[in-house]
Amino acid sequence: MPQIQIPSPLRQYTQKQATVSVPAKTVGDALAGLVSQHPDLKRHLYSDDGKLRAFVNVYVNDEDMRYLEKEATALNDGDTISIVPSIAGGSC
Amino acid sequence: MPTLIEANPAAALSNDEILRYSRHLIMPEVGMEGQQKLKAAKVLCIGAGGLGSPLALYLTAAGVGTLGIVDFDVVDYTNLQRQIIHSTNDVGRKKLDSAAEKLTAINPFLNLRTFETKLTSANALELFREFDIIADGTDNFPTRYLVNDACVLTGKPNVYGSIFRFEGQASVFATEDGPCYRCLYPEPPPPGLVPSCAEGGVLGILPGLVGVIQATETIKLILGQGDSLIGRLLLVDALGMKFRELKLRKNPDCPVCGKNPTITQLIDYEEFCGIRGQEEPGANDIPSISVEGLKKKLDAKEDIFILDVREPHEYQICHLNGYLIPVGDLPKRVNELDSSREIIAHCKMGGRSAKAVNFLRRSGFKKVYNLTGGITAWAEKIDPKMPKY
Repeated sequence: MPQIQIPSPLRQYTQKQATVSVPAKTVGDALAGLVSQHPDLKRHLYSDDGKLRAFVNVYVNDEDMRYLEKEATALNDGDTISIVPSIAGGSC
Repeated sequence: MPTLIEANPAAALSNDEILRYSRHLIMPEVGMEGQQKLKAAKVLCIGAGGLGSPLALYLTAAGVGTLGIVDFDVVDYTNLQRQIIHSTNDVGRKKLDSAAEKLTAINPFLNLRTFETKLTSANALELFREFDIIADGTDNFPTRYLVNDACVLTGKPNVYGSIFRFEGQASVFATEDGPCYRCLYPEPPPPGLVPSCAEGGVLGILPGLVGVIQATETIKLILGQGDSLIGRLLLVDALGMKFRELKLRKNPDCPVCGKNPTITQLIDYEEFCGIRGQEEPGANDIPSISVEGLKKKLDAKEDIFILDVREPHEYQICHLNGYLIPVGDLPKRVNELDSSREIIAHCKMGGRSAKAVNFLRRSGFKKVYNLTGGITAWAEKIDPKMPKY
């Protein structure tokens, strides 16, 4: 089953889980499965019109899905999806 | 990797310098030529905080000839857990003064240039032009985009590092052929959606790990040695102690470094990040009460319900005997509240409780108020024995 890596800013919406396994054939299915398991996550990943938010980067293994086939990108069993959000901290 | 800096005959090393840099000089990858490149190099650090501390300390020790630091902040006690360039005795001092003392003590050959100012669209280009490499150690989105765009526009590499809680990111952006920060993040998140370090916390060693990675990348760019992080985003997970990397590509449609850029000069970054005039969203419009007002009500034994919307681990630090529902849990636990009672909501500073009050008002609660300044204001003005965090 593909695994989704949850970055720490979003773990508060996944009962603190760092990885979530979701049965899915495509990246879009996997993300839909993720937010149906963890509904509080939805507004952080999707805008009101149902599109993935522009500041949320989704990687399949080490490749940006924007340069693959986006949400239609096919998944294999051992694939890892990473959600890579913007973080700004530094001097703080 | 091509070098950024040509070894400069004027950067010849004195005998004292040769002894000091001995462990560099005996490595062929650095050698006399590399050390002279370091001496000729001019690096600008944005911020003298968590990332800026290790960056400035190591670049200075390594023999970078000219180091600029931009900062306008003052050292406070909450900085000391991670901003290792500052000491307890420096609390209340300007970070620039504190940093200058440490850096010149480490290496008297350093040409240190301090800029006590906020980096803005008005001063960034002029400032960046005087340096070879920019190291970004800032803590907010508007400045991240400003640094990136100014690097692209002036053709200076942006050695990037960012941290949150237990995780960090590092890369090198805005080189001639490499991607920039906007290629990765075309848009900032809306304000309030991503918590700041002041809200979310940060493990003290994390800026050390990430800042040292930035210092390493800076030195490699100067020497022209090794494989830089150009085109790669390094993800650091301190809890799992895992380092992963993701591929970054230059986006041909990038608004600043793409083929047909639409951003050809610096813009208003506060506005771009949606935070112009609303640092505390809606804080002015929502009904609120001061800590003095709350004290009066408590002394008069009025029937009020204190709702604490912080996290349980914050409650353990200090509390006002409030009923604890973390702001994220409020929607599903709202039925635990009695709308007929007067409710005063608080958090640490007043931001999260403002959101809670907005939510409760929209849910039909009429007698709900935000405690202005949160429990921090209570500790400052009402109960000096209460710890501040």
